[in-house]
Amino acid sequence: MERPLSPTYDVVIIGGGVVGCAVLRELSRYDLRLLLLERESDLAEGISKGNSGVIHAGFNVPPRSLKARTNVAGLKLVYELASTLGVPHRKTGKLVVALADEDKPRLEELKAQGDRSGVPGLEIVDEAAIRRLEPLARGRWALWSPHTGIVSPYELTIALAECAAQNGAEVRLEAPVESVRVGNGLFRLATPTGEFAARRVVNCAGLFSDEVARLAGIDDFRIFPYRGEYLITDKDCGLRLAMPVYPVPPRDDPGLGIHITPTLEGNILLGPSAEPVGDKRDLATTREVAARLKAEAARLMPEIARVPFIHSYTGIRPKLFDPSGGDRFGDFIVEESKRKPGWISLAGIESPGLTAAPALAEMVVAMLGARMDLRLKSDFIPVRPHRKRFAALDDDERAGRVAADPGWGEMVCRCEHVTRAEVVAALRNPFGARTLDAVKRRTRCGMGRCQGGFCAPRIVEILQDEGVPVDRITKRGGGSRLFYGRLKG
Amino acid sequence: MMRQKIDTCDVAVIGAGPAGLAAALGARRAGAGKVLLVERERTLGGILNQCVHDGFGLFLYKETISGPEYAERLAEDVAREPIKIETGAMVLDLSPARVLKINSRAGYRLVEARAVVLAMGCRERTREMIEIPGTRPAGVFTAGSAQNLVNLQNLRIGNQAVILGSGDIGLIMARRLVFEGVAVKGVFEILPWVSGLERNVRQCLMDFAIPLELGATVVEIRGRDRVESVVVAKVDDTLAPVAGTERVVPCDTLLLSVGLIPENELAKRAGIELSPLTGGAVVDESLMTSAAGVFSCGNVLHIHDVADWASFEGFAAGASAARFAAGEMPARETVRVSPGPHVKYALPQLLTRGTAGVEWSFRVTCPLRNVQVVVKGKATGKVYARKKFPRVLPSELQKIKVRPAVEEDLEVSCHE
Repeated sequence: MERPLSPTYDVVIIGGGVVGCAVLRELSRYDLRLLLLERESDLAEGISKGNSGVIHAGFNVPPRSLKARTNVAGLKLVYELASTLGVPHRKTGKLVVALADEDKPRLEELKAQGDRSGVPGLEIVDEAAIRRLEPLARGRWALWSPHTGIVSPYELTIALAECAAQNGAEVRLEAPVESVRVGNGLFRLATPTGEFAARRVVNCAGLFSDEVARLAGIDDFRIFPYRGEYLITDKDCGLRLAMPVYPVPPRDDPGLGIHITPTLEGNILLGPSAEPVGDKRDLATTREVAARLKAEAARLMPEIARVPFIHSYTGIRPKLFDPSGGDRFGDFIVEESKRKPGWISLAGIESPGLTAAPALAEMVVAMLGARMDLRLKSDFIPVRPHRKRFAALDDDERAGRVAADPGWGEMVCRCEHVTRAEVVAALRNPFGARTLDAVKRRTRCGMGRCQGGFCAPRIVEILQDEGVPVDRITKRGGGSRLFYGRLKG
Repeated sequence: MMRQKIDTCDVAVIGAGPAGLAAALGARRAGAGKVLLVERERTLGGILNQCVHDGFGLFLYKETISGPEYAERLAEDVAREPIKIETGAMVLDLSPARVLKINSRAGYRLVEARAVVLAMGCRERTREMIEIPGTRPAGVFTAGSAQNLVNLQNLRIGNQAVILGSGDIGLIMARRLVFEGVAVKGVFEILPWVSGLERNVRQCLMDFAIPLELGATVVEIRGRDRVESVVVAKVDDTLAPVAGTERVVPCDTLLLSVGLIPENELAKRAGIELSPLTGGAVVDESLMTSAAGVFSCGNVLHIHDVADWASFEGFAAGASAARFAAGEMPARETVRVSPGPHVKYALPQLLTRGTAGVEWSFRVTCPLRNVQVVVKGKATGKVYARKKFPRVLPSELQKIKVRPAVEEDLEVSCHE
């Protein structure tokens, strides 16, 4: 049977991570028919959920590299973007600490590198200044970066997509691209739910960008997955870390070294490690690495040794260098295929990709604009519908909300104080993401210290009220079902 | 502060499980006028409602009934009293001045109470707290969540289960899953002894030939989307896994029954002193916490072995709260009571100087036979109480009564 023909899109973006969603939102300023295809059951299910959530200033990468240019350009955009979209973020500043005098030259190298790239405000500071800036940190010397900050990476991703959707862009979840046909100036992208024709394709498929490119006959790069494990402390651990604290980047570490980072809610992240793995979806955590994270974090912050952890997770970096190879850099790739004009690939977008995303999006728009007519829409809405969390409301606002809608009076999550109204709103997101993890990322249900023990059964009830059959309730889509039907009883 | 007016009451009880229901009754029976009972679930009874098995009420009602029946009896008594009941209402904040912020579908409001009884119960330790490495698939449940999903929502949570930890809920759920046709591959306990009650080992595991392995734990969870197997290993004396003893147990479900933690979020907000030994508040013989007029009982104070004891504590806390609300409890000087050898904790931790006839609850740190439990004065060495036990287990809450008046700090110890 012939599949129904879909309309032809001006641009199809493959991949709903922060980069894909930033590109989608940037393009939604223009009079274009847009579609984003995401293979998982929600946005931000890949690299964009498993990172430190740091807005980087740009001193860690070599000047003139694409990483450095997009990082520094992105830094100028990302705070305002987060504000516009109502995404939690904070300019915290950051310390890179040298524990011994002999490491001070490394800090000076980093500073020189940052200065050359135009990173603002970098300073080498001494022990007394470290104590003043971050009393929990230890170190002889530090590089102080006042413009570094933190943001919730998955909230930024979702907000970008919501804004784009509001401006007419379409998003399809659980739509992995399985084959690509090229002809008549169109790319025909086949997914399990149908075929989509695109005049231009922007491949933002993250870890899978090489595999997606190969579907179109483009075999210019290969992605090597590097696993990074993290630990998260309880918010009530008694320690309030004000800013990210990094070690001097270890020479043998393909990442930035194991660091400690505050979250916006007051937890502390430890990590990440950096190990090459064979499987791009190998999100396991290990006993050995957890022990190493604690040991190394304790060098930066001795108090961490007596702190309880409530969660651990793993992120995978999409590196462009072979683990056995000599080159340890691997710059971002942002290029239009010479053999397949109209197909733009963004590959190897690891750190500082979160910060660079808005700049990368502008780059993509410029590349597309060079070869097609882009007309700005007069009715572009830069913000998105946004509601403050119940937990962040004052008493009068709370009373007002509950009076207007009793759903705000029904507490679902005890730990993070999330109401039924918020869970229902999350489930009615414009993309149809209806997994437990989708609710968690939008509401914080399950992120607290009971880790969903109390709220998961409640959310299961609400999911059914919202029309999701029991057998289709999943943790994160695919085969992650929670139940095998009902009991006889 | 809110613009709207603040309601008042004499005694506010937070939580309507076995302890909170009893506390509301205790407050009324001790003469409190306006008693408010706040429960976050839609029905009274708390966790009792999902405990459909028998074994409740032996001490309170002198017969064994199910959890829901136990809850119903207490709730009927509550209904006979002019107690204001709010269900589906959660207390979000408690100030040291005893102002509660309550949210429910009926509205968000502030209530100022002359006395407060904390009876919020406990929560379960999670996979992350015990740091089980591996993947993050669906199919990992805490035993209590699983009990909710199975007993209250009638859902089939898996086909082949492994249970880690030998807490009572895990043991009860092992049997429950077998009833529902789920294969229970085994119960693994890291300690060399069982954490739950002996009767549950007998009635829930042995009667159903469910294997129990002590000194073994889950060292890895496998499976990308849904649990596919767990790796189990023996542990050494330091509870560290022994290399080479790992074996893969195929299953699609892992239940965790690895301990309960008093849910003291509100106590923390009110700045109440908590004991690192119990996870609950530090209380005196009236069950008053470090915040004047705030009392604690049930599993939010310390983890109980049977619901009846939580109720008895509730009656006592409610009565104390009524006395405080009536202005009948002046502040007094206290002595400290601390655990000695083989004793994990003894409660109350504080005692008003000169008080006689107080009963202590305590738990031991490991199973022991033919022991003598001694309550001794720290300054004088005077023995205030002595009681022989043929056998004591960490899973059981024990009691010892001190008859003479006490004028010094005490130590409760256990000797073989």
